Amino acid sequence: MCIIKRWLIALALGMALLAPAAHAEYGDVVLNKIAEKNGMRPVIFPHWFHRLRFTCGNCHNENGFKMKAGSNNVNMGEIIDGKFCGMCHNNQIAWGPERCDMCHSGKPGLSGGILRGNETLGPGSM
Amino acid sequence: MNALIVKRFYMNNWFFVRWVLGLAAFMMLLADASGAAANAWAPLAKDDLHDPKGPGITLLQEPSEGLGTLPRDKVGNMVNWVQAVSKGVISPLRVQNPSMGNLPPMQEPEIMMDKKGSMNMVLFPHKVHTMWLECSNCHPAIFETKVGASNIMMEKILNGEQCGLCHGAVAFPPTDCNRCHSVPHGSQNAKPAGKAARP
Ligand code: HEC
Ligand code: HEC
Ligand code: HEC
Ligand code: HEC
Ligand code: HEC
Ligand code: HEC
Repeated sequence: MCIIKRWLIALALGMALLAPAAHAEYGDVVLNKIAEKNGMRPVIFPHWFHRLRFTCGNCHNENGFKMKAGSNNVNMGEIIDGKFCGMCHNNQIAWGPERCDMCHSGKPGLSGGILRGNETLGPGSM
Repeated sequence: MNALIVKRFYMNNWFFVRWVLGLAAFMMLLADASGAAANAWAPLAKDDLHDPKGPGITLLQEPSEGLGTLPRDKVGNMVNWVQAVSKGVISPLRVQNPSMGNLPPMQEPEIMMDKKGSMNMVLFPHKVHTMWLECSNCHPAIFETKVGASNIMMEKILNGEQCGLCHGAVAFPPTDCNRCHSVPHGSQNAKPAGKAARP
């Protein structure tokens, strides 16, 4: 029984660690609920780039992003109105929403979300 | 899955689990080494996310360029983010609330957690977290403001809850066991579970 369990875990871990698109930078988030449906490339949000400059709470607060990939309904109207990415991408704190290609830089066909290092690591995934 | 079984499995088999993780990491290294570059950071054009044919690719900063000069680590972004701040290499700002100052309020006490298993005790450093996070990122949604009240479990962490919400997504991943399980039982720094002064 225990041996089987160990093997299952070993197998799952081995596969889990080999399977993901392991090259994406840690913390990169894909936002693609509506972008591609509306003819734009998916949005790639790089955590590493932003945390070099800002604390987490700038974005993760009541008025910003909930800390769960895919749980925020972001659209261009809100961004232009100064919400979500538009809190900073407003030509004041950072360049503005007219620079489409900076955000809409993803490969076509990506599904939204974050590649979690732990999503497939634990017993919870079995 | 039965939480108790899982818990016991970890208590009894953490050494084995770590061995498997080590092996898997080694296999990943091998898989990586067969790729083009032995670089720590993949170029954007080859990261399987960015469109190498899109106009953005030449405009965006490469991770190797942005992260290359920071204190190194072996996991996550390959950056020790705690040292990056404490050594003054970066000073991330809290721009949204300028009136409240650049940094979130600090919470000093460190918290010692001790399940009396085979792993080292966990020392949770409040201060390191409040350099990055607001109290409301953790309290009360993820953790109680009472020592020992949150029933923190490794199974949940590996599952992306509790500490694992950030550790595994943005902060260093849970494979780095001893960075959390940092205080050996019976060592000089060991204290009873609860609020601890700086060890
Ligand atoms: C600061 C980053 C950013 C910039 C700059 C930006 N977008 Fe977006 N855009 C987003 C995000 C985030 C979404 C939501 C993605 C999702 O969940 O599918 C989005 C969604 C969209 C959508 C989906 C429909 C809608 O109304 O929201 C369209 C179309 C779009 N963007 C077009 C553009 C165009 C055209 C430009 C340039 C003029 C642009 N975007 C610039 C981040 C950006
Ligand atoms: C510039 C804004 C910004 C900053 C700064 C930022 N984040 Fe995020 N974070 C986001 C966005 C955007 C998402 C994705 C939201 C979505 O998909 O709806 C996200 C998602 C997350 C998630 C969810 C991951 C998951 O598994 O679902 C976590 C955890 C997280 N961030 C933690 C952090 C931590 C920790 C920091 C500080 C070190 C941080 N973030 C800094 C914008 C930010
Ligand atoms: C807290 C402020 C803030 C928020 C919120 C924010 N950004 Fe940024 N972002 C910045 C700053 C500052 C820069 C750097 C601007 C510069 O170089 O002039 C930047 C740069 C970028 C870049 C370019 C990175 C590079 O390689 O040069 C991308 C892409 C980007 N942001 C995407 C997003 C997206 C998508 C969102 C929303 C999901 C978002 N940002 C939300 C502040 C923010
Ligand atoms: C990264 C998450 C995180 C952040 C951010 C955080 N805490 Fe905590 N806090 C914890 C954890 C974990 C515990 C221990 C809970 C347990 O043992 O069940 C705790 C315990 C506490 C306690 C009880 C122990 C004690 O010292 O008396 C207080 C009070 C507290 N936090 C206040 C704060 C305040 C104030 C802030 C903001 C300045 C803050 N915390 C920020 C995670 C966090
Ligand atoms: C809301 C996000 C979040 C949660 C929840 C969280 N952490 Fe962290 N933690 C961070 C960030 C951000 C850092 C900075 C280092 C990094 O990003 O790799 C960090 C750093 C640490 C460090 C490194 C200290 C050092 O000096 O190197 C330890 C240890 C740690 N966390 C333990 C924990 C434990 C234990 C828990 C659960 C009780 C926890 N964390 C929950 C975000 C979080
Ligand atoms: C982000 C911090 C963090 C990391 C990384 C981490 N742990 Fe834990 N671990 C905890 C916390 C917090 C507890 C609960 C401690 C307590 O209450 O005494 C815990 C508890 C445990 C327990 C006790 C049983 C249980 O399920 O709660 C074991 C065994 C364990 N961890 C093993 C590991 C192993 C093996 C690794 C590396 C693969 C690891 N941990 C990495 C934070 C961490």
